[in-house]
Amino acid sequence: MSTVLDLLTIVFVSVGVFFFVAGTVGLLRFPDTLTRLHALTKADNLGLGLIVIGLLPRVDSPQDALKLILVWALVLVASSNSSQLIARKVRREES
Amino acid sequence: MTEFLFVAAILVLITLTLSLARVLRGPAKVDRMMAAQLLGTGGIAILLLAAGSGLKAAADVALTLALLSALAAVAFVKSGERLATRTKNDKQP
Amino acid sequence: MNTDLIFCMGLALLILGVAVFVVGSREPFPAVVGFVIFGLLVSIAWMCLSAPDVALTEAAIGGGVTGALLLVATARLGDSSKKGQKTKTPMGFHGLVILLCVAVSAGLIAVVLTFPEPAPTLALVALEPLESTGVKNPVTAVLLAYRALDTLLETVVVLLAMAGVWSLAKDSDWSKTPLFGYSPEPGGPLVLLAKVLIPVGVIFGIYMVWTGSDHPGGKFQGAAILAAMGILGLVAGVTSVPAVTNAKLRWLLVLGPAVFLVVGLMGFLSVGYFLAWPPGLSKAVIVLIEVALTPSLALMLGLLVAGPPRQLPTSNS
Repeated sequence: MSTVLDLLTIVFVSVGVFFFVAGTVGLLRFPDTLTRLHALTKADNLGLGLIVIGLLPRVDSPQDALKLILVWALVLVASSNSSQLIARKVRREES
Repeated sequence: MTEFLFVAAILVLITLTLSLARVLRGPAKVDRMMAAQLLGTGGIAILLLAAGSGLKAAADVALTLALLSALAAVAFVKSGERLATRTKNDKQP
Repeated sequence: MNTDLIFCMGLALLILGVAVFVVGSREPFPAVVGFVIFGLLVSIAWMCLSAPDVALTEAAIGGGVTGALLLVATARLGDSSKKGQKTKTPMGFHGLVILLCVAVSAGLIAVVLTFPEPAPTLALVALEPLESTGVKNPVTAVLLAYRALDTLLETVVVLLAMAGVWSLAKDSDWSKTPLFGYSPEPGGPLVLLAKVLIPVGVIFGIYMVWTGSDHPGGKFQGAAILAAMGILGLVAGVTSVPAVTNAKLRWLLVLGPAVFLVVGLMGFLSVGYFLAWPPGLSKAVIVLIEVALTPSLALMLGLLVAGPPRQLPTSNS
């Protein structure tokens, strides 16, 4: 059983890191600010979420699991709202 | 397993190093701020990986960063605006 | 070589790189962004050094409070720098600063490299009386039991710094509120963000203070998080800064240091010297001081960022 959990951790964390790399590549290579913002918020948060899912089998207690999920939920709320704000600012400055 | 998690952390660290290129290049202020956001999320990922491999306290630090990374972005976005002004008709305290 | 050592070394190099960028940047804004990133990386580095309390403080202050302060400051200064007026610092000054930094770094490196094996440390000595202090977190024991005097002085210093910021106000503006608030856009994403994050942040800040007795945390980290949530509320426009003449505000600001001082003076009566905690009551006293200090420190930090009272510019529309 524990090897299955270990395998789950390895798979999810690996895919999560891959999405992080993808997000950064997007940040570096996409042509303009709004596309970079898109790459940033989508890929990074997905990567973080997958890493959190991958770490869940390794927690010692339900409180720790709740903490991990809370961190991810806060990052989602924060980055979705701040990406909206940043996008509006870019729009305002363009016009 | 902890070895694997640390390797994952190193990989995330490498991607964060690459994202510094965006902070260097810009060209707009927004781009630099977005790169800082990425670094924040990456830092949270690294801390969660550390928490997963035994350092329990890292989860609290990650939670702190999650709460505060928004603050920097918000301060940046709003600081360009005019501060709340009053018209001449409003009374001053 | 262990992977965690490789990670920490890579992190250290990254921190150096970011520091060079911050110092070498020609414009203020990239330097500020670099500084926020620097704080974030250093907080992870503190975890590398097994210092979670310091990591929490660095994340809360460097990432939150100082980050917001510097970003708002650069935005305001950005306008005024367009007016021309660039003072030239003499070339020798730069050279002198570089020399000083190199000398201090070289000195520190030399000292660390010549430590005997194992390196001298007071950690074991500090852990011995831990039982009698009643708290399990050795950092809290150091801050509020062994070296309570330093913590008291540090709190007063923060209060004085805030008073210094207040003193920048013009006499005629004294009764006005500090100028730090933006118009809220009701229903916008910023207000949503404030409504979700602030309650979570406040609960987490209180949790930090509570858990600081036995686990990494403490009053300063909790107060910094509370202050950061207050600043978020200000920037979102959901709260406004109280005027400096507000009596309730002043009482709250003074509450923490005052309680600390009074309890310290009572040490004369119970045990015989200043800042002595009566045996058996030690944990209760420490918790009391932490609870009293938290709102005061949070207000101090928040007001430091909010700035001095200023005349609100009247809009001409």
